[in-house]
Amino acid sequence: MIDTATRKGTRDNAAVGKNGADPVNLRAPGSIEAYRADFERQPAAPEWLRSLRAEGMARFEALGFPTKNEDWHFTSVAPIAEQSFRTAMINKAGVSSEGSTAGMVAAADLRRFTFDQPTWHTLVFVNGEFSENLSSYAGLGEKVRVNSLAKAIHSGVGRPERHLGKIAVFDNHAFTALNTAFIRDGAFVELQADAVVDQPIHLIFVAEGQGEAVSHPRNLIVAAQNSRASIIESYICVRDNLYFTNAVTEISLGEGAHIDHYKIQLESEKSFHVGTTQIRQARDSQLHSFSYAVGGSLARTNIYTSLDGDAATCTLNGLYLTDGVQHIDNQTSIEHIAPNCPSHEVYKGVLDGRSHGVFNGKVYVHPEAQKTDGKQSNNNLLLSPSARVDTKPQLEIFADDVKCTHGATVGRLDEVAMFYLNSRGIGRESARTLLTYAFAADVLETIELKPLREQLERLVLARFAGSES
Amino acid sequence: MSSGIEALVNREYAYGFVTDIETDTVPAGLNEGIIRLISAKKNEPEFMLEWRLKAYRRWLTMKEPHWGNVKYPPIDYNSLVYYSAPKSVKPLQSLDEVDPELLRTYQKLGISLNEQKMLAGVAVDAIFDSVSVGTTMREELGKLGIIFCSFGEAVQTHPELIEKYLGTVVPHSDNFFAALNAAVFSDGSFAYVPKGVKCPMELSTYFRINSANTGQFERTLIIADEGASVSYLEGCTAPKRDENQLHAAVVELIALDNATVKYSTVQNWYSGDAEGKGGIYNFVTKRGKCAGVNSKISWTQVETGSAITWKYPSVILQGDNSVGEFYSVAVVNKKQQADTGTKMIHIGKNTRSTIVSKGISAGEGNNSYRGLVRVLPKATGARNYTQCDSMLIGNKCGANTFPYIEVQNNTATLEHEASTSKIGEDQIFYCKQRGVSAEHAVSMIVSGFCREVFKELPMEFAVEAQQLLGITLEGSVG
Repeated sequence: MIDTATRKGTRDNAAVGKNGADPVNLRAPGSIEAYRADFERQPAAPEWLRSLRAEGMARFEALGFPTKNEDWHFTSVAPIAEQSFRTAMINKAGVSSEGSTAGMVAAADLRRFTFDQPTWHTLVFVNGEFSENLSSYAGLGEKVRVNSLAKAIHSGVGRPERHLGKIAVFDNHAFTALNTAFIRDGAFVELQADAVVDQPIHLIFVAEGQGEAVSHPRNLIVAAQNSRASIIESYICVRDNLYFTNAVTEISLGEGAHIDHYKIQLESEKSFHVGTTQIRQARDSQLHSFSYAVGGSLARTNIYTSLDGDAATCTLNGLYLTDGVQHIDNQTSIEHIAPNCPSHEVYKGVLDGRSHGVFNGKVYVHPEAQKTDGKQSNNNLLLSPSARVDTKPQLEIFADDVKCTHGATVGRLDEVAMFYLNSRGIGRESARTLLTYAFAADVLETIELKPLREQLERLVLARFAGSES
Repeated sequence: MSSGIEALVNREYAYGFVTDIETDTVPAGLNEGIIRLISAKKNEPEFMLEWRLKAYRRWLTMKEPHWGNVKYPPIDYNSLVYYSAPKSVKPLQSLDEVDPELLRTYQKLGISLNEQKMLAGVAVDAIFDSVSVGTTMREELGKLGIIFCSFGEAVQTHPELIEKYLGTVVPHSDNFFAALNAAVFSDGSFAYVPKGVKCPMELSTYFRINSANTGQFERTLIIADEGASVSYLEGCTAPKRDENQLHAAVVELIALDNATVKYSTVQNWYSGDAEGKGGIYNFVTKRGKCAGVNSKISWTQVETGSAITWKYPSVILQGDNSVGEFYSVAVVNKKQQADTGTKMIHIGKNTRSTIVSKGISAGEGNNSYRGLVRVLPKATGARNYTQCDSMLIGNKCGANTFPYIEVQNNTATLEHEASTSKIGEDQIFYCKQRGVSAEHAVSMIVSGFCREVFKELPMEFAVEAQQLLGITLEGSVG
């Protein structure tokens, strides 16, 4: 990862602003101690995992919760730092037996999140813990192995230690360090060379939402050369409660591998979500990432990819919709290490109520990464007078033979377009819905998985049609 | 890179020389005694001393900022000499009384005061180290009621204006370097254009840094009263030094109702040798306030010199319908570093701002654009257009863009665009094929790249800027 954490933003500087909350003691020792206590109480694990967890915990304690540095310039994590969450799974007398939590979530609860696709391979995790009963993933084929990470750790199948913590480095990422300290369960997807998964693999993370719990799902996706799969991660809740999800996904793309990765964040409006997806791409690999973020009172999605082999390509797209007093922060980073890599990025935001949207996109081009072609854009639509957006598209370029552009816009609905529609007999409300939808649909259209695209289009349309008042 | 090009890159700084004049300096170091001494030497009224001391006490509590994308060894503020003035300075009646040695220095720089006075119609307030030595065209400006003099003189003759406006745009507590400047600044320029007056000529100052180990702390204050308009030029060259010199100037611009202020800078301080040794640290706070309705402040800068440039000429758009502009060309070569950009703070209704920034990186230079556009909740109808383009020449240099866009009003419209590109081999080939040398081709392409900014410069500067750019970049492409 790019080292920006050393570049501290200070309040008295010339270019960087004074916004956000007053400086609070974000090290909040109380809450860090609570994490430490839960850390100590984790059930036994293999030696390699114990030491990895310990490294994560030590790093988290050293870093503390992020304060106002370049990466957290517009987002204060004080609400998360001030709350003492209890760690899900651990406080149930150490080990929970299979199904004990899953019992609180019924298959019926999940129906509206499965996009009516019974043929998809579905893995369900309740409070971060795999639920065999709710999952169905038969018929994946010989070259594909999908497992719960906890099982893989226990049995040693697939040797997850070869990859865990190697892609999602946590030197400067407190939340990733914290997740690493609590690695326990999540999805472990292995694609052997030339494996092709026809149906998408859907990972559903359900917050069952009782008590103020934190879960740390950890996913590992290893795609060997020329393999291909679509993977969806959905973060959902069954009750509208206060909880905290701190997820990390590591993806390794071998030569020529192609992964479509979708992150659907539909957390409770009271909850906190910090999710990091970190990808390493080898030669000729392709990554298509789409992030759909609508949930959480404070939500942060990090998508970091490094183009580590010649001609690897990535597309990072996203849509964030906020309302009320939500704060949704999207951070992306594309690190061009190898030459001849194109990267494309479009993020769009629609902000209503008194909500606050943040976009921070970083493109970093190493001196060796000649012939880089980077395009990045971020467009924001402010629907209400009190909505707020902060955007920081960022380029850091150290090679000369490159083409890099970025653009950012902030605006409201176009009065002329509105008038045009009105003059043709379309009422103000419908015109508003139509225009807002058209703005968002633009980026939804880039989703290649048709059922998912249609479902999200329906969701977005319903949301805008319903928000009129 | 071809060898001819190498030769051009390695060309020595043409203006590197030291003028040997006896200077009147205070001992190195900084404490309240030094500040009292500076204030006493300048015969300042009580309020100035108090303001300096307030700033100094505040400065002691502040930490040197390090968020910029620049690297430099720590500065020992106690080893700097905070005041240096040529000995020969007495109140001068005419240029004839100026030390001939000084005049020769200016001649070497090609800015003969006499010549400018006669030919260019430019009133020049030349600054040698810290004290202003000659002001021309005073009478002509005087007839219109325009006050244009050194800051020190203005403190003596117009203390009421100083007291009213000093620190209203850049407060003494604004940032580390501005606080330091407020405590120890020795001189600078002052201009006041009264109500309804359009200043008939470009006001101009040439800065020089001389005298080893003297931090240069200039303070400039320009006020355009209601309906007034003024254009101000600032140009810099400095003699060659082996030790880094800190320059922490402050510039404050104030535009009242319907007033216009245009401020242009060409900065060509010594940038250090090929190893990056020596060269000026240019840590400057420049800010303008559009205090009145329909006012306008425009910054244009061409930054080719200094080892490190760290500055953000900004505009506070307070008055309704006010306009802020920022046009910048920043060039880095050798081991130069630049972290520059602007801040546009939209407070009033229907305020508009335009940012055009062109960064050129060559050699091992590192160039960053850092800009903030903030629209506050009451800035209904605010509008911003930002364009920042970078050009890289060679793969040892860097170009970075850090735009911060913060919008709290949904009637605002903002656009930000940035691009990075290089000079294409096909472009050079095309030119060479038509008998244009590679050198000229690069110069042409770069001029074209910067055209949008150069056209904002006043005529005299536009020519100089083109030449400077040529000299700085000559030979960096092969």
